[in-house]
Amino acid sequence: LGAGAALMTILPLRANAAVDDLIAEFTGGAEVGEGGLTLTAPEIAENGNTVPISVSAPGAASIMVLAAGNPTPPVATFNFGPLAASQDASTRIRLAGTQDVIAVAKMADGSFVRASQTVKVTIGGCGG
Amino acid sequence: GNWARLAAQQSLTQDQLLQFDTFGNVSLIHVTDIHAQLMPIYFREPSINIGVGGNKGAVPHITGADFRRAYGIEDGSPSHYALSAGDFESLAKGYGKVGGLDRVSTVVNAIRADRPDAILLDGGDTWHGSYTCYHTEGQDMVNAMNHLKPDAMTFHWEFTLGSDRVAEIVEGLPFAALGQNIFDAEWDEPAELFKPYKFFERGGVKVAVIGQAFPYMPIANPRWMFPEYSFGIRDENMQAMVDEVRSMGAECVVCLSHNGFDVDKKMAGKVTGIDVILSGHTHDALPEPVLVGETIIVASGSNGKFVSRVDLDIRDGRMMGFRHKLIPIFSDVIAPDPAMTAVINEQRAPYADQLAEVIGHTDSTLYRRGNFNGSWDDLICDALISEREADIAMSPGVRWGPSLLPGDPITHEDIWNVTSMSYGEAYRSEMTGEFIKVILEDVADNIFNPDPYYQQGGDMVRIGGMGYRIDVSKPQGERITEMTLLKTGEAIDPAKTYIVAGWASVNEGTEGPQIWDVVESHIRKQGTVTLDPNNSVTVVGT
Amino acid sequence: MASGVKPRVKVPKKAGAGDAITIKTLISHKMESGQRKDKSGNVIPRSIINRFTCDFNGQNVVDVTLEPAISTNPYIEFESTVPEAGEFKFTWYDDDGDVYETTKKIAIG
Ligand SMILES: [Mn+2]
Ligand SMILES: [Mn+2]
Repeated sequence: LGAGAALMTILPLRANAAVDDLIAEFTGGAEVGEGGLTLTAPEIAENGNTVPISVSAPGAASIMVLAAGNPTPPVATFNFGPLAASQDASTRIRLAGTQDVIAVAKMADGSFVRASQTVKVTIGGCGG
Repeated sequence: GNWARLAAQQSLTQDQLLQFDTFGNVSLIHVTDIHAQLMPIYFREPSINIGVGGNKGAVPHITGADFRRAYGIEDGSPSHYALSAGDFESLAKGYGKVGGLDRVSTVVNAIRADRPDAILLDGGDTWHGSYTCYHTEGQDMVNAMNHLKPDAMTFHWEFTLGSDRVAEIVEGLPFAALGQNIFDAEWDEPAELFKPYKFFERGGVKVAVIGQAFPYMPIANPRWMFPEYSFGIRDENMQAMVDEVRSMGAECVVCLSHNGFDVDKKMAGKVTGIDVILSGHTHDALPEPVLVGETIIVASGSNGKFVSRVDLDIRDGRMMGFRHKLIPIFSDVIAPDPAMTAVINEQRAPYADQLAEVIGHTDSTLYRRGNFNGSWDDLICDALISEREADIAMSPGVRWGPSLLPGDPITHEDIWNVTSMSYGEAYRSEMTGEFIKVILEDVADNIFNPDPYYQQGGDMVRIGGMGYRIDVSKPQGERITEMTLLKTGEAIDPAKTYIVAGWASVNEGTEGPQIWDVVESHIRKQGTVTLDPNNSVTVVGT
Repeated sequence: MASGVKPRVKVPKKAGAGDAITIKTLISHKMESGQRKDKSGNVIPRSIINRFTCDFNGQNVVDVTLEPAISTNPYIEFESTVPEAGEFKFTWYDDDGDVYETTKKIAIG
């Protein structure tokens, strides 16, 4: 709360129109299922400029992460090599406001699954 | 008058307040959210504390007469005065002040006389909230608490001293500084300075105390003051810590928490194996623990007004039973512990003249608690509008700060008790009507989100110069309507720019005079403060 | 952007043959997103680390594509199998063509 806070939209940021295209590009248009992919992100970001996220998809070849409400949604793509001990990875990302973070995993059999999680970005500033 | 005072005090004795049939084999003593209140004070409990979602109408979200009915508390009784709003002024005249760390010390000593190895736990928000605490950077409270000899502590406002000062104090603490959720921000690893838990062997029982610091520190307070740390609820790590201490032989697991009550309730439903959660941050005082599964949650109030005693019967690694008492600290009934009085006087002596200086008087009760406003904040907002020549004022919805009665002088100390902080600059800036709505919607969602894990545990930002309507049952973006500029009666125009004055900005580099100077200057001009009832917020959806 | 770029990694010194270990990496880099404007309203050009790889004894562990939404001082954490003693090689690729490398040896025991 307070002076100089950047103007943020009140409502959660809607998914950017590019999101569907980016997913289609990653999957080659294949159907995307659910399950087998875990996306972990905080309910409320401590800082929208550095939000910790983790993805885990046992057996995946690669996992793409998108910030659906950012002006440009791509975040990262993790490609797991032969020596990856798990298909788990963590990083820190920028979120322009409250929105859904989306992960899509390409599984070993060539199928695709997705998971998403809403992260709230708040002005904050009060307390007990 | 005197008659009421005499009657009230005659009906109440120290022995009664301390009466407790020692039970089981382990005793816990809990104090929390003292906010640097070393001296007896008045403290008016809230008359509005709305619960949402699954907590609608559940404790601690019932107040006043409803609260008294729920717990069978007689009107006009000591418990009425201590625990609920209503008839505050007349009961305060009858029962007198509450708190004072020397009275707390008497209670702690008495419990230790019953049970010498009782575990004393401090839930945090201890090194913040007064003139002397500010000027000694928390040293007054550290000195006083060290004399009380707690066994462990967790944290919230302490971090607003800045991470260097926190490290300096914590490194020298003669007791455990706990927080399983305090992490190194850079490497996402448990912070070395704070241990997740500590073992105590008491009454032949291995007790593990796990700390839980305030999860939303970098959001609710300026994160640039402690950039090294990351917090969060981290309930999966809490479960891992519970499992770890159980595997190490813990027969009793206590969580010393600064989550806030609703967050603790949700956490208790997710994490298994915690026997007792000692809850802090939301400043609730409950005469009975709340049970979630096999976990009991104890809420011990704030500002030094209460001490909780919890006796546990631990057998074969299980909690077989408990006995609990929330002990209100009636300052005129409980004798001060002279040794602690001396320690307190020593902390205050260098500042005696500044503390005692009378700035003005009040004709109105000055208090803070309430979801939308309190008269202290009305006064602060008036000061901001008048001293900073603003259209609209904003005051943070914090829950600390004692009360004053009609006729009381307002001293320098009283002003600092409700304003003291390390980022008290009173800014003056231009905001569009749209942005003001964004702020109100954002703060409202931090209080009225139906999921407790999205609640930060304060109250609504207080607004001066503007009225609005809030539907607490709506989602973010739809709660706030009918924003009106009070001085003209016109609707707030989203596109128009207004001059807004406020304080406690979490942004680095905020400029302006300190809020206590703004308030002092305003009160001096008023001489005697008289406040009209505040009807500027219309609340629906409760 | 080559000035002040400092990679740091956390790798255990030892592991059992075939063990899974956690690796944490950080590199100091402003990750200019290409969306911010300077005081005179001009867009500050994009300048980011766009790729990170980790290999062990020449075999790949992870290969990550980074976009401007990755935070300042990119942090990446993952798990690697350690089949034998050897060396991890970490490589960060900058938009400006610079490549930053660091290595860490690990023993078996
Ligand atoms: Mn508090
Ligand atoms: Mn607190």
